[in-house]
Amino acid sequence: MLCEECQQRQAALHFTKIINGKKEEMHLCEECARDKGEHIPGSNSYSIHDLLSGLLNFEQPMGNSDSYPSRASVPKQLVCESCGLSYERFAKTGRFGCSNCYKAFDPKLDPIFKRVHSGNVRHAGKVPKRAGGRLQIKNQIEKLRKELQHHIEKEEFEEAAKVRDKIRDLNKDIQDGKGDV
Amino acid sequence: MSLQRFISEAISPWMKSGPGPEGDIVLSTRIRLARNLEHYPFPIVASDESANTMLHYTSKELTKDSYPQMGSLELLKMNELSPNQKRVLVEKHLISPHLAEKSLHGAVLLSDDESVSIMLNEEDHIRLQCLFRGFQLNESLVLSNGLDDWIEEKVTYAFDEKRGFLTSCPTNVGTGMRASVMMHLPALVMTQQLNRILPAINQLGLVVRGIYGEGSEALGNLFQISNQMTLGKSEEDIVEDLRGVVMQLIQQERYARDEIMRTSKIQLEDKVFRSFGLLTNSRIMESKEAAERLSDVRLGIDLDLIQGISGNILNELMILTQPGFLQQYAGKGLTPDERDVRRAALIRERMKLEREG
Ligand SMILES: [Zn+2]
Ligand SMILES: [Zn+2]
Repeated sequence: MLCEECQQRQAALHFTKIINGKKEEMHLCEECARDKGEHIPGSNSYSIHDLLSGLLNFEQPMGNSDSYPSRASVPKQLVCESCGLSYERFAKTGRFGCSNCYKAFDPKLDPIFKRVHSGNVRHAGKVPKRAGGRLQIKNQIEKLRKELQHHIEKEEFEEAAKVRDKIRDLNKDIQDGKGDV
Repeated sequence: MSLQRFISEAISPWMKSGPGPEGDIVLSTRIRLARNLEHYPFPIVASDESANTMLHYTSKELTKDSYPQMGSLELLKMNELSPNQKRVLVEKHLISPHLAEKSLHGAVLLSDDESVSIMLNEEDHIRLQCLFRGFQLNESLVLSNGLDDWIEEKVTYAFDEKRGFLTSCPTNVGTGMRASVMMHLPALVMTQQLNRILPAINQLGLVVRGIYGEGSEALGNLFQISNQMTLGKSEEDIVEDLRGVVMQLIQQERYARDEIMRTSKIQLEDKVFRSFGLLTNSRIMESKEAAERLSDVRLGIDLDLIQGISGNILNELMILTQPGFLQQYAGKGLTPDERDVRRAALIRERMKLEREG
């Protein structure tokens, strides 16, 4: 099969993309795939940059009717406060800067993950033991906080004190590295 | 210490014990996990200091004891290796080109038999890879999972309930897992069936690519089948889907081989022995031709047309005749023309050894 882009070299890479439920096939040689920025899993020589940035730019308000720059039309910059990476930069490089970027850019990530992972946005695989244990405790604390709030609103102070102690113990567990089972 | 061995031998010890399950078609199975640590910026944005700290911390944690039955891991730091030594490790698939060329404070931890490689400061903080000979997806999954747990006892992973293991690139998030199977599919290529099968494979979220060759085609009829999707499916399901497709490819390749043997045995024999003749007699050989001829001879071995030569010769010579290894043997840099001469000599020598031994 010849590469559908240059029609010269053998197609070495075969992509299927599902976009809005429509299947799209591509057969490219490595050079053309590289030019198009198609990602080849298991290889680091190429990247998904262009593919992603195409998608991400699409999302940004472009072609505004007023062509001259006005302050009001500048979209609010999303920036990860942990590593300083802006969403714009992420869109360009196709790489997150730190684990907090996932939180910082969360509202914009679903469409990207959907496209890259055949419509999926949620993890359905392994939960690591320690991180998983700590997550459970954190979730427990979250629940107890709500309970505490509830008791305080109802002026059930004795109950509230009990819940507060539980939260304190759980927080201590996390600090002592329990849940690191 | 064993740096010399990692560098000088083309065949990793794990490959040596003969072909694995379905070894006439599946050369090797690999599972790779991408992991990052909490509280450290990812390598691509990390400062020199942060990358250095992460390397020191993680390599210390991972070498203070060893995974059961594995022995201690050997640490090789990229900035302590020569460019050609790094190239050789890339050619053996022990490290990635990214780690060799672009990483900041990059390093790799290698098990003694080279079946396990843990890259540090690659695109992600940790890239764990397990290699098995033949078709051994389950074994790879069990080992990579066990090693993953072992690592997680020592360092804290960046993990999120909703998105799973957080990775630098959105294409790896979730399981962070890439499972791949390296297959030799000469009969499907010869009968032009592979091109018809590929779209169906892609539809299942799997990717097929050639392994060797700088530009266009799959040299040596060697293909890598791997999962593209890492989010929204469990590790077991990903491996199960891959297994199903690989089983079908194995079956199709066997049919195609039988068919060729039935309808055009003499032509195939002719092709195989011509290639054998070229490999044993040529004085100049380009890598592309070497790959084609080696693939023919390997097919001849698998179909019992040629006796007394180990099937390993394909894997071994594919690795051994790449530029890094040729230069390693020569002990100096070589021009492409010089490499072609050395390649031919090395293959002749190796074929002679096989026939005598
Ligand atoms: Zn092309
Ligand atoms: Zn960040």
